[in-house]
Amino acid sequence: MANFYTDNPEIKFHLNHPLMKRIVELKERNFEEKDKFDYAPVDFEDAMDSYNQVLEIVGEISAEIVAPNAEGVDHDGPELVDGRVKYAQGTEVNIEALRQAGLMGMSLPRRFNGLNFPIVPYIMAADIVSRADAGFVNIWGLQDCAETINEFATEEQKERFLTRVCAGETMAMDLTEPDAGSDLQAVMLKATFDESKNIWLLNGVKRFITNGDGDIALVLARSEEGTADGRGLSMFIYDKRNGGVTVRRIENKMGIKGSPTCELVFKNAPAELCGSRKLGLIKYVMALMNGARLGITAQSVGVSEAAYREALAYAKERKQFGKAIIEFPAVYEMISLMKAKLDASRTILYETARFVDIYKTLMHISEERDLTKEEKEEMKRYQKLADIFTPISKGMTSEFANQNAYDAVQVHGGSGFMKDYPVERIYRDARITSIYEGTTQLQVVAAIRGVTTGGYLARIKEYEAEALKPELEGYRRVLVGLTEQYEAAVKKVTEFNNNEFIDFHARRMVEMAGHIIMSYLLLLDCNRDHNYWKTFEVYMKYGAAQVAAHAQYIKFSSPNDIGKFKIE
Amino acid sequence: MNGLKIIVLAKQVPDTRNVGKDAMKADGTVNRAALPAIFNPEDLNALEQALRIKDQIPGTTITVLTMGPVRAAEILREGLFRGTDEGVLLTDRAFAGADTLATSYALSCAIKKIKDFDLIISGRQAIDGDTAQVGPQVAEKLNIAQITYAEEVLSVNKSAIRVKRRLERGVEVVEGKLPILITVNGSAAACRPRNAKLLMKYKHSTTISERQEKSEDYITMINERPYLNIKEWSVNDIESDREQLGLNGSPTKVKKIENIVFQAKEAKQLTNNDRDIEELMKELLSNHTIG
Repeated sequence: MANFYTDNPEIKFHLNHPLMKRIVELKERNFEEKDKFDYAPVDFEDAMDSYNQVLEIVGEISAEIVAPNAEGVDHDGPELVDGRVKYAQGTEVNIEALRQAGLMGMSLPRRFNGLNFPIVPYIMAADIVSRADAGFVNIWGLQDCAETINEFATEEQKERFLTRVCAGETMAMDLTEPDAGSDLQAVMLKATFDESKNIWLLNGVKRFITNGDGDIALVLARSEEGTADGRGLSMFIYDKRNGGVTVRRIENKMGIKGSPTCELVFKNAPAELCGSRKLGLIKYVMALMNGARLGITAQSVGVSEAAYREALAYAKERKQFGKAIIEFPAVYEMISLMKAKLDASRTILYETARFVDIYKTLMHISEERDLTKEEKEEMKRYQKLADIFTPISKGMTSEFANQNAYDAVQVHGGSGFMKDYPVERIYRDARITSIYEGTTQLQVVAAIRGVTTGGYLARIKEYEAEALKPELEGYRRVLVGLTEQYEAAVKKVTEFNNNEFIDFHARRMVEMAGHIIMSYLLLLDCNRDHNYWKTFEVYMKYGAAQVAAHAQYIKFSSPNDIGKFKIE
Repeated sequence: MNGLKIIVLAKQVPDTRNVGKDAMKADGTVNRAALPAIFNPEDLNALEQALRIKDQIPGTTITVLTMGPVRAAEILREGLFRGTDEGVLLTDRAFAGADTLATSYALSCAIKKIKDFDLIISGRQAIDGDTAQVGPQVAEKLNIAQITYAEEVLSVNKSAIRVKRRLERGVEVVEGKLPILITVNGSAAACRPRNAKLLMKYKHSTTISERQEKSEDYITMINERPYLNIKEWSVNDIESDREQLGLNGSPTKVKKIENIVFQAKEAKQLTNNDRDIEELMKELLSNHTIG
């Protein structure tokens, strides 16, 4: 049987990262649930074995059910019937399989019937499902929203909603509106409190809502009359069983066509507050978005994987001029770079997931008991790392996914332009990854703090200090050289104290940091497993060239140039 | 309504669907070591029908019964991972070398020991022998009715079952009285995936033979969690006539095994059109080369 987990040992390699020991220990609170739940692990090895075996289930469903359905789902898409979404037939089958396998609510606590998995194996599942069908992962992956309920809702709300998520109900996060896209402060959907019924009522329109007809939705709405900014927004939980919301339209999209993107009309839709009033945007959406961004990073990696595999298979099979096209330097150079970008994307994805795992789990533990001084420091440290790694990995891996999809079509030549091969769909599916949950440009805005405050550099220095096998020492020197170029560029850009100049070069600086970080991560992967040597070298050469190009650009740039770029 | 007691008959088989060049030994017999051992595909279809009944009728229990070597306990765990209640492994040297007659006799003896059942469901046939004899023979030995080639259980209650059969030239809907034995076709619904929680719960389950070399910690855990014990029955655990078991009880004699090597002269030239390809497909399907 085909299996998208067991055929891809790189995922297991990342599962076996040394930091998992700490993550599992925290997540399982020293295995205190082992006598309370018959499916709780008894020790670290047992937990790891469970992750491994459950990922095998995910791999099997992805390869045997989700992937074969992808073409049909892309073709049929969801339908709008009487104000409700009807999924494509294949989507229904996919959801049912994942439900039966108990793969909803993977990271939620066991007391709500969740699996209590750390983020790392959950994100691995998203990586695997995305490779099978990038559109479908959206519907399944919206269980992310449950994490926000788990973080901020009352225990009673958690009990009611999270158990339903674990039983397989789907979710949505209703943020965007016609006039509030990247700028969510402009959200206008109105929430009014009805004293007589003791409930909140929602009125207005939401647009571009993924899985908008899901069973349980988190809705950002304006609860404070007369306000116009983010401080007047609160987060609500809407339960579809209560009615009041209809789907007015399903968007006709370029890609991820199986995932219904809805325009929703709220008419006195009853809802309940999640967390505190006024913290909707400033606190909860930020948390929600960070989780979602990690999810899109996983989706990007899955898309890259699919694109790479299609390109590789085709290049081996397609013969021109009497040989397989993969034997031509122009083609193998392209495919090896696809692989390097894929591996680089995956290594930064799981590095980020580990950071999120540690700080989020410590945060949950802090609600149960006081953290020790060391634990508090640990939480702070990993939260900072998660905050700067989330945007840089989302930004760069989604761009790589697009580049890989582009190259995969290119390798196929004319055939890639036809609907006969999956790359045509992969190419369209990839396109959204660098747009939603914050465009690459917005990821750069979020990441630039990591550049200007020295967060990335500090982490790079930590990688630099890691012990390496003697044969890898030479590479460290190369990366130290790249880091010097990066430092010089940052110094040059920031010394003018000109924010527009920083913004102008922000993307270049963030990318430089990203290339260096991913090169180091691949080097450390090599240190653990020599099989990463080739892909590391290919990536490092590519990354070094990119860093040098950006360094050169910045070196000969000054604030006085900016005017030339402004088109009237 | 009280639940039903269902027994699913299943077999662990070598995966003959993905054969490599090592699949056969020089003497023409199956090289079991080179082939992965899997849950017989049509037994999985049978299991799904049982699980659907369990989904519908609360209180229903499913026992998977298999005969085979110690490692066949793997498929009993596969059953537990999907929602069955227990597994029974019938294993003993005395059962070795059994043909379909001796196998169905041994299984019927084990079923008599289980005693209480409403429904027995098995796959139509196993992919290693392709005889489709074991299910019907078990029904005969237990003296109960049988419905073969089932594609779907349409309805079932404590006294009767309604089944859609898939036959060569169409479908047929029949009813039978319980207790009854049903054999299920590969065209029936595919079996559901393993469930994550059940997998984590039962992954440590073992038969007594599998526990021989386990650590003390493990034995302690088994003692604390009795559901991790998979029943293992030897010839001494069932009431049987030894003469009807294993090789002794098997009238089937293999006269000769032919190792067929395809010759180039059997090659066939097709032109690149739909009609020729369709003809070839029909031919391969009708002589069971594929499908």
